[in-house]
Amino acid sequence: MSEDHVYLSLAEGHEEGDARWAFGTGFEDPLHGVDRRVPDGVDRAELAACCLALADDALVQAQRLAEWTTRAPELEEEVALANIGLDLLGQARLLYSRCGQVEGGPDGEGAAGGPRSEDDYAYFRDAGGFRNVTLAELPNGDFAFTVVRMLALASWRLAQFHALAASPDPVLAAIAAKGAKELAYHRQYAADWVVRLGDGTEESRRRTVSALERVVPLLGELFAAYDARDAVLADLRQVAGAAGLRLPEPPGAAPAAAGRDGVHTGHLAALLAELQSVARADPEATW
Amino acid sequence: MVTAATTATTATTATAETRARRIAEGVPDPELPMLTLADLGVLREVSVGPDGTVLAALTPTYSGCPAMAEMRAEVAARLRAAGFARVEVRTVLDPPWTTDWITAEGRRKLAEHGIAAPAPAPAERPGGGPVPLVLSATRRAVPCPRCGGTDTEETSRFGATSCKALWRCRACREPFEYVKEI
Repeated sequence: MSEDHVYLSLAEGHEEGDARWAFGTGFEDPLHGVDRRVPDGVDRAELAACCLALADDALVQAQRLAEWTTRAPELEEEVALANIGLDLLGQARLLYSRCGQVEGGPDGEGAAGGPRSEDDYAYFRDAGGFRNVTLAELPNGDFAFTVVRMLALASWRLAQFHALAASPDPVLAAIAAKGAKELAYHRQYAADWVVRLGDGTEESRRRTVSALERVVPLLGELFAAYDARDAVLADLRQVAGAAGLRLPEPPGAAPAAAGRDGVHTGHLAALLAELQSVARADPEATW
Repeated sequence: MVTAATTATTATTATAETRARRIAEGVPDPELPMLTLADLGVLREVSVGPDGTVLAALTPTYSGCPAMAEMRAEVAARLRAAGFARVEVRTVLDPPWTTDWITAEGRRKLAEHGIAAPAPAPAERPGGGPVPLVLSATRRAVPCPRCGGTDTEETSRFGATSCKALWRCRACREPFEYVKEI
């Protein structure tokens, strides 16, 4: 055994299912070995729905961020966007896995075939089965739209994760407590860029104003799904103020039906077509 | 009643546990190979059950840490190679990993490799309160791990791995990585 470096030991004999054979390809259950029991008194359907919605928000955002790879304005920003997407993908995997355990039944083992896996949720549901908010699925647009959207979504998700860190479900509470640390960095990254662009050139300011005008009207849907109006508007006002911009008037009411009801724009179906194409071409494939 | 036999078993378990812990602690981190899993603070528990099964518990640094499966497999492989037939490596999520768990030895090794160690993690809930913007006074200066100078600047919030940011030193002109406190 090569004691000094993990990579060197990759070349040595491996056993069935040994994740060391190729670094970064070990997609086993991210909740491996975590106590899967659901505490008494917790509404399982409600818990599963909460995990699913938060996972869908994260997966769809992660996919949009991955689309920036090779297209970002600078290498550093490309690395940043990919890292943020990776954090969100990690959160999505944990939440899908928890959703599968909770839906699976009292012991989390599920019926025949076991509980649904993260792959079942990510690759084998159509757009109507997804519960992500509309804001997450819109195309990236320009860099200004991407960072303004990220600021709004990170701020809103951070407020939810702060609250969920006290969830009666210990697994969801742990996922939220961990994710909150990551979201604080995402929000900070986005905020710094909104200030830089908003207080930058005439062109970058014009684009940032335009992004705010597109993002703010969609906040009603976010607040209807989870009411973090005060926290999100405080963040947006602080950041817009630092950029010398005025925040457009936020909407008072939410649309009748939207992402959390499975009602989506056509953009989600296109996003999923790309995300799911390989898995659906060969549903039995493993990786 | 404690018999001679149970005392002997307990002693054997204790010895086995010490040996198993030493092996698991020595596994290098795949992303920061100058650190062991113990240095990084991700190895949360090593114990040996009455039937000789080794139980090791690992916690991810970030939710999307792509190295978790490799760490788990490496810990199990090294323990099996050392003669422990039954090994179980579990994931623990609670409490969440914090850079405060990087040991003094780990910090020394980071500095030796030109990576700035994290400051103490914020005690309050992460991201509570206003957004710490780039020009705000709440941002800390990261001292250069090469020359010790404090005239440094961030070049990118995110680096080659989730846990690091890119910085550069205006005094010695060297770029360096910095492990972000979480």
